[in-house]
Amino acid sequence: MLTGLDQATIAKTRARLGLDRPFTTQVGDWIGGLLRFDLGRSSEYDAPVAPIARERAANTALLAAVALAIALVGLPIGVLTGARPRGWLSVAVMPLSVALVACPPIVGALALLWLAVSTRWLSIAPGSLAVPALALALPLGATLERLQSQATAEALRAPDVVAAAARGLSPARVLWRHAARQSLRPVLGIAGVLIGSLFSGSLAVEVVTGWPGLGRLMYDALAGRDVFLAAGCALVGAAVLAVGNLAADIARAVVDPRTRLA
Amino acid sequence: MTRLGLGILALVAAVAVAAPILAPNDPSTPFSNRAYAPPTRIHLWDAGGWHAPFIYRQVLADRVLRQYVDDTSTRVPLVWVRDGRLFGVGPDAGPLLILGADPLGRDIFSRLVYGARLSLGVTGLGAAGALAIGAAVGAVAGVAGGLLETALMGIADFMLVLPAVYLLLVLRAVMPLSLGWATIFVLMAVLFAAAGWPRVARGVRGIVATERTRDYAQAARAIGAGPFRLAAHVLPAASGFLVVELVLLVPAMLVAEATLSYLGLGFPAERPSWGTMLQDAANVRLLADTPWLIAPAALLFVVVLGLQLVLGTRRERTMLTAASRW
Repeated sequence: MLTGLDQATIAKTRARLGLDRPFTTQVGDWIGGLLRFDLGRSSEYDAPVAPIARERAANTALLAAVALAIALVGLPIGVLTGARPRGWLSVAVMPLSVALVACPPIVGALALLWLAVSTRWLSIAPGSLAVPALALALPLGATLERLQSQATAEALRAPDVVAAAARGLSPARVLWRHAARQSLRPVLGIAGVLIGSLFSGSLAVEVVTGWPGLGRLMYDALAGRDVFLAAGCALVGAAVLAVGNLAADIARAVVDPRTRLA
Repeated sequence: MTRLGLGILALVAAVAVAAPILAPNDPSTPFSNRAYAPPTRIHLWDAGGWHAPFIYRQVLADRVLRQYVDDTSTRVPLVWVRDGRLFGVGPDAGPLLILGADPLGRDIFSRLVYGARLSLGVTGLGAAGALAIGAAVGAVAGVAGGLLETALMGIADFMLVLPAVYLLLVLRAVMPLSLGWATIFVLMAVLFAAAGWPRVARGVRGIVATERTRDYAQAARAIGAGPFRLAAHVLPAASGFLVVELVLLVPAMLVAEATLSYLGLGFPAERPSWGTMLQDAANVRLLADTPWLIAPAALLFVVVLGLQLVLGTRRERTMLTAASRW
């Protein structure tokens, strides 16, 4: 092991990487570097961590945004199924939704990959978003549909919506203006959780489908024992998640004024 | 719906318990000339009419293309209840591969059945641990109040914001890579419990905090109940919440186990879990010809579906918050 390396070279490298100093000093240095947005150097890529992590985080954000955009289709479908719980649309959509909710992204990604290679309906070329985005979006969209459906059914029974209908507003206006807006509140209530799930789900999906995002980078960093890169990924991940949670809180405050004080 | 869900879960649990009886083959024995072998079809009928269930012996026709043909000249009857196994075939009749073989020629069905023990076991242990820690922390915070409550809930809130999967990966990665499966089992359960308790603790604290202002709790305090006795009186109010939370934690942890093992940070290939087995399905090019490698994912889906159904439509909202934890 380590043939051709003499003690002097090893000592020199340790000194260059700062590994000869006490552990606490190394951690202190890393935290000090954070203040300057310096996340250290990656040993695998032999480059500063910050730009690599930023680029990969952007890829993950792109994947998450596309998945979220697809998943949002679940909301209007949920309004329709909630308005007519025994209608043909509900009967058709509900079993599908329940099945998709039970389809975690890692399972969905493998199933979609199999579908893609056996039917060629989906592109699996490198850089194609089809499989990773759908694997993330399908369970999320089904979740939104179920939640919106239930919230809409509840909102349609709320006194103010009943009153609006009694004053003679058209059913469409009652549903889409009054009930839909009210029913968004419980849905947005779990928006923060949804963002978190999108984020952790994307790690598995990125590794399975090879999408070059933050999760994939994190995995490579751990596999290559690249300490600074792994720490940087975890940090950027936490930051992305915090921003996502903040966005969810703001969206909730916009829809539901009652939460503004809290 | 709830009954159907319970039925599915009971069936899977029974399969896990009865693994040594149900598995026709040893889960870690590679059969020679059976790499990527397709599932053995079980026949009841041939040109001569109806028979007891039988199979045809598989013969490797082309090693490079991994093509197998059935030797239809002789029927090989299934053997029931022998050598402590429920069913199988005679030793000279070639392996019975109900769900085909993996890249090393190991029986996928047997691996799946044994894998259920690890996957479900570590998940159950981790979820129970998370509930225990969460209930304890929540009860302490709710009963004690004050600075202790602020500190404990601060820790819980901090952990809730962290990306759980990244945290699990880092914690697992700083430990030695190759460990015995038993060590990994305990380690993973501990990690799951550590990642899962904050949400439970928050919920329990909320329930305890409201319950302790109720008359019965005040009365208990008035006649001199200490904090522990008070907690014992108040905690049963959280039991409904804990049951729901258990059903929510299990799928999240099942998926976490599958992810970790898929990434090679979980159980070793000799003692496979469902996640470990999914590694074999990672090769996209092969997947079109060997779809049986994806069987563990199908089983994961079935278990998660069963859990969803148990919660039922009436508790749909909680069920959905569960699903959103991946």
